[in-house]
Amino acid sequence: MTKLVVASIGPASSVQDGGRSGAQRYGLTPSGAMDRLALAAANVLAGNAPFAAAVEIGPFGAAFTARDGAARLALTGTPRNADIAGRAVAFETSMTLADGETLTLGFARGGAFSYLAIEGGIVGEPTFGSLAVNARAGLGSPYPRPLQAGDELQASPASDTADSRIDLPAIPDSPIRVVMGPQDDEFSAEVKALFLDSEWKISATSDRMGYRLEGPVIKHLHGHNIVSDGTVNGSIQVPGNGQPIVLMPDRGTSGGYPKIATVISADLGRFAQTPAGRAFRFKAVGMAEAQAELRKAAELLRSLPDRLHPIENFDLNIEALQDANVAGSAVSAVDAGTWQIPSPAGALAQD
Amino acid sequence: MAATLSPPRVLPSGDSAITVEFSRNIDNAANQRVLALDRILARETIAGVTETVPTYRSLLVHYDPLQIGFDALSEKLISLAQLPVPPATKMRRWRIPVAYGGEHGIDLEDVAKALKTTPDDIVARHVAGEYRVAMIGFTPGWSYLSGLDDSLHMPRRQNPRLLTPAGTISIGGVQTGVQCLAGPSGWHLLGRTPVRTYQLHRNPTFLLEPGDRVTFCAVDAKTFAEQDRAAEHGETIAELIAS
Repeated sequence: MTKLVVASIGPASSVQDGGRSGAQRYGLTPSGAMDRLALAAANVLAGNAPFAAAVEIGPFGAAFTARDGAARLALTGTPRNADIAGRAVAFETSMTLADGETLTLGFARGGAFSYLAIEGGIVGEPTFGSLAVNARAGLGSPYPRPLQAGDELQASPASDTADSRIDLPAIPDSPIRVVMGPQDDEFSAEVKALFLDSEWKISATSDRMGYRLEGPVIKHLHGHNIVSDGTVNGSIQVPGNGQPIVLMPDRGTSGGYPKIATVISADLGRFAQTPAGRAFRFKAVGMAEAQAELRKAAELLRSLPDRLHPIENFDLNIEALQDANVAGSAVSAVDAGTWQIPSPAGALAQD
Repeated sequence: MAATLSPPRVLPSGDSAITVEFSRNIDNAANQRVLALDRILARETIAGVTETVPTYRSLLVHYDPLQIGFDALSEKLISLAQLPVPPATKMRRWRIPVAYGGEHGIDLEDVAKALKTTPDDIVARHVAGEYRVAMIGFTPGWSYLSGLDDSLHMPRRQNPRLLTPAGTISIGGVQTGVQCLAGPSGWHLLGRTPVRTYQLHRNPTFLLEPGDRVTFCAVDAKTFAEQDRAAEHGETIAELIAS
């Protein structure tokens, strides 16, 4: 059986899928991918079900080697320099890693997480219907912990399916939208305005449990201890020090700090991809808008298979060069009108 | 005619969950209503409701907005929450062994000092309690129990510990709890139980349900060690006793 061997990998990288739901009443955290759209796009490129297990790669570099056969792979999410045996490969495409070849990935550029899907999915033993790693609870398969160098992921042998690219809508750089509540009445109108009008940054101490925010102190009206109640992905809780924490998929299922607002589902992946230190803002929206955006996001997920297009070698090279940032940032791989270069041969010559 | 129950507050927890809040405080009556609504929703399935999470004072209802909208679900939940509280169909009572004090409960002596009594007296008061599982949360199997004797109410520690042992039995504020996995805690550690409230590959995986009754019994260190080994091999150890 083909296997993908982890040659090197940084922290915060683990096998993730759609997560495990249904047992939050027993304290079981759902886990699952930080950026569900990117996970789904990688899986669709690799010919898998959208929420099959894939490798979620944290901000640092990584390398994977195919053994005992070729593996068909797909890369999505935050772009990085990527090459197979020295040939640049593009994000948002599928590719074949020949037996013995190594896919090398650099640092995340402008985001946090990338996804590497393997055709046929990752072989493992599901718990509560999921392979997703939840290190704190000792769950996840094939390893109930973040990935380490030397780990082996059992995979299916590569099929001869032609490689494709996927067209995804551009990710907007607009404020992260929230629905106020459930405990926004624990804050004064002035403090809520401060929360919505301020610039925030994500602290470097953030992880898959929660993103700590750096910005103005958010004061409570009645103190910071409420009686624990249930949490969701995107709950923005405010502890005693007044620095909000946005709860992410490895969150505790209940929490005892007031929750001022909740990130809308449609913006959770984009929020998860915000790198530490980059300034951003929140914007409050009503329930109708939040749920309309969720319907749009669901429609986008459903449309992923229709967004696949065959790739010619020529397309692949241009896109890879653009992605590696050597062909100039003004060049769009999909819009030939922006190409500043006379021919693909010229582009390759610059490499 | 039964008195009409007051309507709960329905609060949006984002676009895919509703918090049905019965009280802002730890309140037995509110917790009974939370558990009652949870039972009602288990019986009368509402299309689009995917998961419920009972807590002390509120029920978190996860739903799929593609199947039901916020307003329609809020209305249904408010009306269901005002039905008379139905009796629990199954009322289970567990006896859970605990090795108190020493290495198993490193705070027992300090708790006794703070409450101006002896460790034995603290154990006697803790064992005498009749508790109810008010909620399970934070980490798998962490069971929060209501019914702690007033004389054992104590503020949480100033400095929470980053790591406390699996099976820890502790008190914090007006609550006592059974912690399953090792993890951080700001509560006072009275003892340890060999019982795993959560164990993968055991049937049942989760032993306690919200609403279950719990009593404790003291065991010595040798019994704890024997039971711990048996529990590791999948025995439940906790006894189901007549209600």
